[in-house]
Amino acid sequence: MASPLLDVTDLSCRRGGRAVFEGLSFALGAGELLALVGRNGSGKTTLLRSLALLVRPAAGRIAWQGADVADDPEAWRGRLAWLGHLDGLKADLTVRENLVAAARLRGVPADPAAIEAALAAFDLLPLAHRAARTLSAGQRRRTALARVRASGAAVWLLDEPLNALDAAAQQALRDVLGQHLAAGGLALASTHVDLGLPGSRRLELGA
Amino acid sequence: MSGFAALLARDLRLAWRRPGDIAVVLAFFVVATVLFPLGIGPQANLLARIAAGVLWSTALFASMLSLDRLFAADYEDGALDLLLLAPWPLELAALAKCTAHWIVTGLPLAVLAPVLGIAFGLDGPPLLALAATLLIGTPTLSLVGGLAAALTLGARRGGALLALLALPLCVPTLIFGAAAIESLTSGEDLGAHLAILAALALVSLATTPWAMAAALRQAGE
Repeated sequence: MASPLLDVTDLSCRRGGRAVFEGLSFALGAGELLALVGRNGSGKTTLLRSLALLVRPAAGRIAWQGADVADDPEAWRGRLAWLGHLDGLKADLTVRENLVAAARLRGVPADPAAIEAALAAFDLLPLAHRAARTLSAGQRRRTALARVRASGAAVWLLDEPLNALDAAAQQALRDVLGQHLAAGGLALASTHVDLGLPGSRRLELGA
Repeated sequence: MSGFAALLARDLRLAWRRPGDIAVVLAFFVVATVLFPLGIGPQANLLARIAAGVLWSTALFASMLSLDRLFAADYEDGALDLLLLAPWPLELAALAKCTAHWIVTGLPLAVLAPVLGIAFGLDGPPLLALAATLLIGTPTLSLVGGLAAALTLGARRGGALLALLALPLCVPTLIFGAAAIESLTSGEDLGAHLAILAALALVSLATTPWAMAAALRQAGE
């Protein structure tokens, strides 16, 4: 690894007066995936949320290309794509409208080609006109993953991306993640299963 | 398209997809207002005198009705995280949501109020004044109510708490809104009352987005 893009040093996080994790350090370069593994409650989600600056860390530094991301949070947020444990879809919008609305909320015009490609990657084209309300849990998850792919962001933060996905959709996610990493992207994913991707490393969080 | 316009357009589209939500608010406004003439009876003088206060109070209650979903819907489906992560100021996002709320609630209330004013025996200038005060005053209700909605996000029985927080803060708007219409009969200057309503709206506009953004960040933690 030449020089890491994302550099996390001595990150500590406290929730409700209890230390979730302490003194966590890792670095991630272009094309690398960090799989966060650990038992329930070991802080995988909290780590992802603190990297997204949704949770204020108690101590530590998160740096992108050497600069502390807290100095320019908006630029950092512009590099992130987020998949939380909630899908973040509006039930009354169709699958395609959800992707378009999410792209516009990032403050950039929606790129129709990227959205269509993302829909195709997760086999959502037959569902594109359906309201999100009518989708199954796995279909909703695929829509949320398509949103991540359509974002074009450099850093993907994925909280349990395999939740509710069937075998075909899991393979689609592996393919999409593989392309993202091959294009020089970064990803952090909390998971219970090995994603089996080249450039993948593991970070064990102790409960 | 800027993020502000995108969020405003999204929320208006969502409101359009659920016309029942707006219809309930407007129906509440109509029913609650019409109860007064029915309860008090055909005393034209008394009804005309209380009309402004009644219409303003019921408009206030009606706009509270829809506020508890303002941020709660995004909080429950995870879309709030996407707003918190948008690469533009959260203050603008809060403002966009309040603007959408005003367009689907405050604006129809202001249009509907003169029609209901007729049931109270108001006519001509007082009806126009009523519409004008609501047009200028309801943005304050959406902004102050939005702040209460952001503060009560995630709380159990948030709706009742929201009203308890927002209603006292809306009292100045209520007083000057109702007084503006009475000023027509007492001979006071209507313009002064409207100017105070506008000032209250501007103060809310200048302060609440920051407070809302702070409350939303807290809710996101």
